[in-house]
Amino acid sequence: MNDQTPISREERIEKLQGLGCSRKRVEDARFTQGKGNYIDDLKLPGMLFGDFVRSPYGHARIKSINPEAALAVPGVLAVITAEELKPLALHYMPTLAGDVQAVLADEKVLFQNQEVAFVVATDRYAAADGVELVEVDYEPLPVINDAFKAMDEDAPLLREDIKDKMEGAHGPRKHHNHIFFWEEGDKDGTEKALDDADVVVEELITYQRVHPCPLETCGCVASMDKINGKLTLWGTFQAPHAVRTVASLITNIAEHNIRVISPDIGGGFGNKVGVYPGYICATVASIVTGKPVKWVEDRIENLSSTAFARDYHMTGKIAATKDGKITGLWAHVLADHGAFDACADPTKFPAGFFHIVTGSYDIPVAYVGVDGVYTNKAPGGVAYRCSFRVTEAAYLIERMIDILARKLDMDPAELRIKNFIKKEQFPYQSALGWEYDSGDYHTAMEKAMTTVDYKALRVEQTENRAAFDRGETRSLMGVGVAFFTEIVGAGPVKNCDILGLGMFDSCEIRIHPTGSAIARLGTISQGQGHATTFAQILASEIGIPAEDITLEEGDTDTAPYGLGTYGSRSTPVAGAATAMAGRKIRAKAQMIAAYLLEVHEGDLEWDVDRFQIKGNPEAHKTMKEIAFASYNQAIPGLEPGLEAVSYYDPPNMTYPFGAYICVVDVDVDTGVIDVRRFYALDDCGTRINPMIIEGQVHGGLTEALAIVMGQEISYDEIGNIKGATLMDFFLPTAVETPNWETGHTTTPSPHHPIGAKGVGESPNVGGVPALSNAVHDAFAHKGLTHTQMPHDHWRVWKVAQKLGLTD
Amino acid sequence: MSDIKINMTINGQAVETTADPRTLLIHFLREDQNLTGPHIGCDTSHCGACTVDMNGKSVKSCTVFVGQANGADIVTIEGIAEADGTLHALQEAFRQNHGLQCGFCTPGMITRAYRLLQENPNPTEEEIRYGISGNLCRCTGYQNIVKSIQIAAEELSHKEAAE
Ligand code: FES
Ligand code: FES
Repeated sequence: MNDQTPISREERIEKLQGLGCSRKRVEDARFTQGKGNYIDDLKLPGMLFGDFVRSPYGHARIKSINPEAALAVPGVLAVITAEELKPLALHYMPTLAGDVQAVLADEKVLFQNQEVAFVVATDRYAAADGVELVEVDYEPLPVINDAFKAMDEDAPLLREDIKDKMEGAHGPRKHHNHIFFWEEGDKDGTEKALDDADVVVEELITYQRVHPCPLETCGCVASMDKINGKLTLWGTFQAPHAVRTVASLITNIAEHNIRVISPDIGGGFGNKVGVYPGYICATVASIVTGKPVKWVEDRIENLSSTAFARDYHMTGKIAATKDGKITGLWAHVLADHGAFDACADPTKFPAGFFHIVTGSYDIPVAYVGVDGVYTNKAPGGVAYRCSFRVTEAAYLIERMIDILARKLDMDPAELRIKNFIKKEQFPYQSALGWEYDSGDYHTAMEKAMTTVDYKALRVEQTENRAAFDRGETRSLMGVGVAFFTEIVGAGPVKNCDILGLGMFDSCEIRIHPTGSAIARLGTISQGQGHATTFAQILASEIGIPAEDITLEEGDTDTAPYGLGTYGSRSTPVAGAATAMAGRKIRAKAQMIAAYLLEVHEGDLEWDVDRFQIKGNPEAHKTMKEIAFASYNQAIPGLEPGLEAVSYYDPPNMTYPFGAYICVVDVDVDTGVIDVRRFYALDDCGTRINPMIIEGQVHGGLTEALAIVMGQEISYDEIGNIKGATLMDFFLPTAVETPNWETGHTTTPSPHHPIGAKGVGESPNVGGVPALSNAVHDAFAHKGLTHTQMPHDHWRVWKVAQKLGLTD
Repeated sequence: MSDIKINMTINGQAVETTADPRTLLIHFLREDQNLTGPHIGCDTSHCGACTVDMNGKSVKSCTVFVGQANGADIVTIEGIAEADGTLHALQEAFRQNHGLQCGFCTPGMITRAYRLLQENPNPTEEEIRYGISGNLCRCTGYQNIVKSIQIAAEELSHKEAAE
């Protein structure tokens, strides 16, 4: 079993394809040949299709439902309504936020496109025909589409089902449309700082309702095997184990009789974390018919009923000295949660990690309060490519800093630098209770400013403004700066759980006798390339080449329990579990090597892919040799085999950060914004695969561009959703998307086994304020303080017009 | 309505069958022919996930009735590699240059680029961006897709020159 030709140490490292290399993705061979296996590709014998009858009204009482005509359609087998679900106690389901949500509307509908009935048929065309023919008689009710009116005294009562329940999941409710009030920080101290300040700026900043809109919508196939009593549920689940537990709790099917499988997922971005009525209805339909039942939503259903994001109305106040030292931050949020509170936040945090709102700045005192309210809009409130409510917080603080800079007549970059938490202050205790693990903000900012030649940009801008005033150009240049601190990797079980499930994650490794391996994780990739990167982490830990490690996720019958992939938690939590499980393997391997080499364990040292005797590298055993020995030699005191499992409960969150600078040119006559340059410097700690990190940054920035420049899910006054198709909901094409420039610094996380922090969410969190600040900056000298997103052509033109700049 | 006769060539194979006339081409390909490479991403002909090649043109197969494709020559992502399994230059370039993440847009994107490079073998970056603007991607920000197509174009013209 000895290696044939000795190769150099460098070659051995190279061969591993471990940490830090841009390993090509193993997933791509299938995907580029059309051999992915997404939910809608699944076809089972006898499979039926389900489709929803949805409410045309935003708020209405259901007077009657008549399925007769639908049932007469050839191929339609059943029409399920709340009446059928009631005896099973399945007409409501628990949400991740401690509320309940109607699976099928119970006596009234609360948002347009709410699920009213589920038609089951032999094929999708028959199901669609059936949907058309179900007659529902509605009595329209007054609608609340404005969160600011939800708690008016005479506001209509939305949630009749909980009208007497004035103690909510997060404390007392102060109005029938109120969900929770949550606060953090020193209220009196902050108010005093505001009273005593030289300068105070205040602004209402709204982060509009948007939608994650992955290219693949949500869907599932439920299959109840009546003979062995097992339910198999395939679906687009970002958290398969959590789905299994929830499914068991609400259906009363024992958890070992439920198998949840996430196949390939066509993007998630938070959309696929929640539990949706379609999953429950498909399951019920399968139990009733004894056949597999598929439900896949179409795009309109996706945009209008599953998982909106944001919809935060944030009022911020900053206190500062006249030379620009921030002395306090106060914030209040009116959070529009729609008709049911289905936010995907850790249970103890109904506003997620919004209290990261002090950002990258050393702010001595701060306070936040958040009121959640019900409106006649779709439920959701997911973390769309961000950790829980972090992008909202970053947008508020980064906009407020710019507003303060304007008021003080200071450069926005300079004001940021002046208030940064200093390198030597880490670990840093924020005024709102977080312990930032590590950071070097000054270096990152300096590098970004040098790269783009920030000073030259400001000189150019001054010239552009003068030229504009002379009438020589109709275009205004804007420079946007944002410096964000993220909080990801939820999270420590002591304060993070979802429905009582601690937010740890896991990895199980088996080394095969011939020295290859399989690793299984509790997470699930939706394009992040886990099969590639987690194998790299392991390769470096256990000295087996990444290409010899199979990575498996998403099958609850085989994978160890984990809380799934969202909120940029896979690398910080499951990545750590992977490294720790690898270290357990290595510890046992060391004992085996010591036995084989007839030395004491302490006489051995690890080197790339082997244990060698200290001072005598010729005497060594490679991992491959050790693996074989573990299966074929009786080693005194050791069990045969080489396997390990690790459940990793992170001691803290991780805090990636970044400095983003962008340059835009705004045509004042058309409102068209050209993103001329965008430089994103990210510090995500140790970098596992630079190629994949860059790809994540490109994608996240493009999502940020979409949000800033056009995405909005809005409703009219009678509750109609405006624009729930790709015709109206803005997804940038290759033409609108600029080339992104990326850079990095590396400040490892001190508490993560390999120092990694996670990067998937950063570009969205930092990209939104950078782009929005750039648009504001273009008009700042003309008196613009703040205007709400999205900055689409029409709205930007309106701004120019209001400022008297148009012809 | 009763089924109609369907005759077409799919990835070089003659197909003769019947189908309900209102069946969309995308459903016919995915469900009757088990070609699940082309995907469905929208209801309004915007996303391009369903792109296939029909008689030498890129079409969104969600917007074509199966009957309209009668007699047509169809190529899907499954038919783009060579018969011996050698990947097409585009497939190879997407892999090498991280031109995909979740992979959901990829079959449509590659099938579109496959036609684009026949329409315009040496496109500029701008022409590529315009040429794939009927295909949406939510993951990559297009940058590496554009790069992959550029590299595949070079590769193909080298190959051509060599032949
Ligand atoms: S499915 Fe979106 S264009 Fe065909
Ligand atoms: S790779 Fe996910 S949509 Fe393009």
